[in-house]
Amino acid sequence: MEHTLSEPTPTLDTQMLEVNLGPQHPSTHGVFRMNVTLDGETIVKLKPVMGYLHRNHEKLAENMTWLASMPFTDRLDYICSMTNNFAYALAVEKLAGLEVPERAQYIRVIVAELTRLVNHTLLIGFLLNDLGAFFTPILYAFREREKILDLFETISGSRMMCNFFRFGGVKQDVTEDFIPRAKDIIQRYPKFLDEFEQLLTTNEILMARCQNVGILSKELAVASGISGPMLRATGVPYDIRKVDHYSIYDRFAFRVPIGAMGDVYDRYFVRILEMRESIKILEQAVREIPEGDFLSAKGAAGAKAPRTFKPPKGDVYGRIEAPKGELGFYLVSDGSPKPYRYHVRPPSFINLTVLEDMTLGHKVADAVAILGSIDIVLGEVDR
Amino acid sequence: METAANTSEIDQGLKSELQKKGIVVTAIQDLYNWGRRSSIWPLQFGLACCAIEMIATACARYDMDRFGAGLFRASPRQADLMIVAGTVTKKMAPQVVRLYNQMPEPKYCITMGACSISGGPFKDGYNVLRGIDRYIPVDVHLPGCPPRPEALLHGLMKLQEKIDSQVIEKTEWYQKGLKREFPVPEFGPNGLNPPYNPEVFTPGQQRPITV
Amino acid sequence: MKSPEDIYHDLEAKFPGAGITREGNAIVVPKEKWAETAVFLKENPEYALDYLSCVTGVDYKEYLECVYHLYSLQKKTGLVTIKVRTDRQKSELPSVTPIWRSAEFQEREAYDLVGIHFQGHPDLRRILMWDGFQHHPLRKDYVQENQDRPPGEF
Repeated sequence: MEHTLSEPTPTLDTQMLEVNLGPQHPSTHGVFRMNVTLDGETIVKLKPVMGYLHRNHEKLAENMTWLASMPFTDRLDYICSMTNNFAYALAVEKLAGLEVPERAQYIRVIVAELTRLVNHTLLIGFLLNDLGAFFTPILYAFREREKILDLFETISGSRMMCNFFRFGGVKQDVTEDFIPRAKDIIQRYPKFLDEFEQLLTTNEILMARCQNVGILSKELAVASGISGPMLRATGVPYDIRKVDHYSIYDRFAFRVPIGAMGDVYDRYFVRILEMRESIKILEQAVREIPEGDFLSAKGAAGAKAPRTFKPPKGDVYGRIEAPKGELGFYLVSDGSPKPYRYHVRPPSFINLTVLEDMTLGHKVADAVAILGSIDIVLGEVDR
Repeated sequence: METAANTSEIDQGLKSELQKKGIVVTAIQDLYNWGRRSSIWPLQFGLACCAIEMIATACARYDMDRFGAGLFRASPRQADLMIVAGTVTKKMAPQVVRLYNQMPEPKYCITMGACSISGGPFKDGYNVLRGIDRYIPVDVHLPGCPPRPEALLHGLMKLQEKIDSQVIEKTEWYQKGLKREFPVPEFGPNGLNPPYNPEVFTPGQQRPITV
Repeated sequence: MKSPEDIYHDLEAKFPGAGITREGNAIVVPKEKWAETAVFLKENPEYALDYLSCVTGVDYKEYLECVYHLYSLQKKTGLVTIKVRTDRQKSELPSVTPIWRSAEFQEREAYDLVGIHFQGHPDLRRILMWDGFQHHPLRKDYVQENQDRPPGEF
């Protein structure tokens, strides 16, 4: 008897499915929630819900001295406490017109770039975790993080929450063995990156999961105020270290890596390249660091008696290129020892604006990868 | 936390004498407790900064797996221990209580960091809950901001001591018909309603120092 | 790069009699003219301020102020600070979300915490606090439920 193919069944009409990802979800990098509407497996609508870690940083800062907010900035983006300190110190120095000694500038750049290494390494570990490589990439990433954290501990006394910057310098001079140990880490880091890249960059699974997923166009990125590696992955060479020339970044030779497609893979790869550029900055900085003061006299007086530190009336917006993007502080002073208004412009909060645009039409598993590639830290999103 | 040594009724001398001959004698509760403390599965649930240190504890350098507690479960139905790692905000508190309710008995709770103990540095915030022990019972309070990974391991060992001290006749989850449900707070116009659960929390009372 | 003074004169020439003033480095635009001014600043090739960096609200007790920091990625110039003021009781401002998408979440945050109502925002809901919350916590007169010390004390 001859077999005949049966008629293909007409497509079934199915209901839309509403799924709630979070706030307790292994892949949302903290307490972030996404209300997703699914057609089968495809995302047709996605609404981010945040505020589950809204710790009232801005309101608290209005009720304490200028310096007392410094340890709170550590807890904004808790993976990179040093760069948060940097942005806040820079904004207040701009407002109060404080000078920073040469040596302190170098120390600042060194710790900020080491922080960038920590952040990007961890992010790649977490991104891989989101893609399904459960925990192994994180083990590699945390191995490297521990080395740098040990270094931070010797200079600031704390692993994660360093509270190391002061207005007009840094809290204390680095220890004698800091520079040799930093040199050692910087020397070994490219080897680790090579190892990491060998495992990942041309990995077939990573390419299949990341390429052409979550494409963000240049125009949308600029209009949505995206910053940091996410903006550069779309092909816009915008790096605040280059355009604002803050601190002493214009003394170092480094390039700004940009992507071509703006997909998840580009965001991963831009971060790898950025780490290599950071190593270049670090090599130059540890070679050139001069002797001298670590805190200016005015800054030392302010750090000793924080209630006497009163910046003049006015407002200021200070920003730096944090590992996640443009981290800005908008501060208003009324001439009292407390800020009148204290606002943080968190990069990952604003980078979330385009989450829905990037995920529409993709599968729900891709949404997790796309969210991972944005690099959010909830302490900063919700403040 | 009172962790009196578990007074097993077996004569220690006889026990070691038998052990030399290859016979192991134990009480059923020792066996229970040994199994229970050697495989505490924590809930994979990070709230804030402390979560990063919690992950660091699970990683190679500190290796929480040595204590049998390295298997982080994403579902509360499979977890024994909730490590409240980070600031509990008022917006998040109902979800934390709900997750704790969903865990099967016996369940334990470690508050990791100053924030989850009392609000910590963010205590004065309008959206910050001043300690998760207002709504659920806590076994180990672990101070620090954030506590070092070693401190988390120490807290875990303290919890193991507590589990070891459980006696079948007295400990409540060995009894029949225990079902603990903690009321989930609701959002009010200016805060949570009720502000604390009177069954587990008395305002003004000092928290027991455990670590 | 154009100084705030030049931008102020240009705006004055474009919108004569609108009441645009200068304050330090910032330009204060009256709220009735803000929507037009925003389009002008973005579309005019001389400025091309296509990147809205930061939006935030400030409570100055007599009035509420919304502060915008603009940057031009095409011309690599900035930042230009614009301030727009509104009444405290009936706080309404035109939303700039249709002009710069980046204002979407930041305006929601300013609405949530400071209580500025942005007219024309596609989805103006609370973003950080829950929906039933009744106050705007970053206003200076907000008293929280478990306040230990009077506001303004150390």
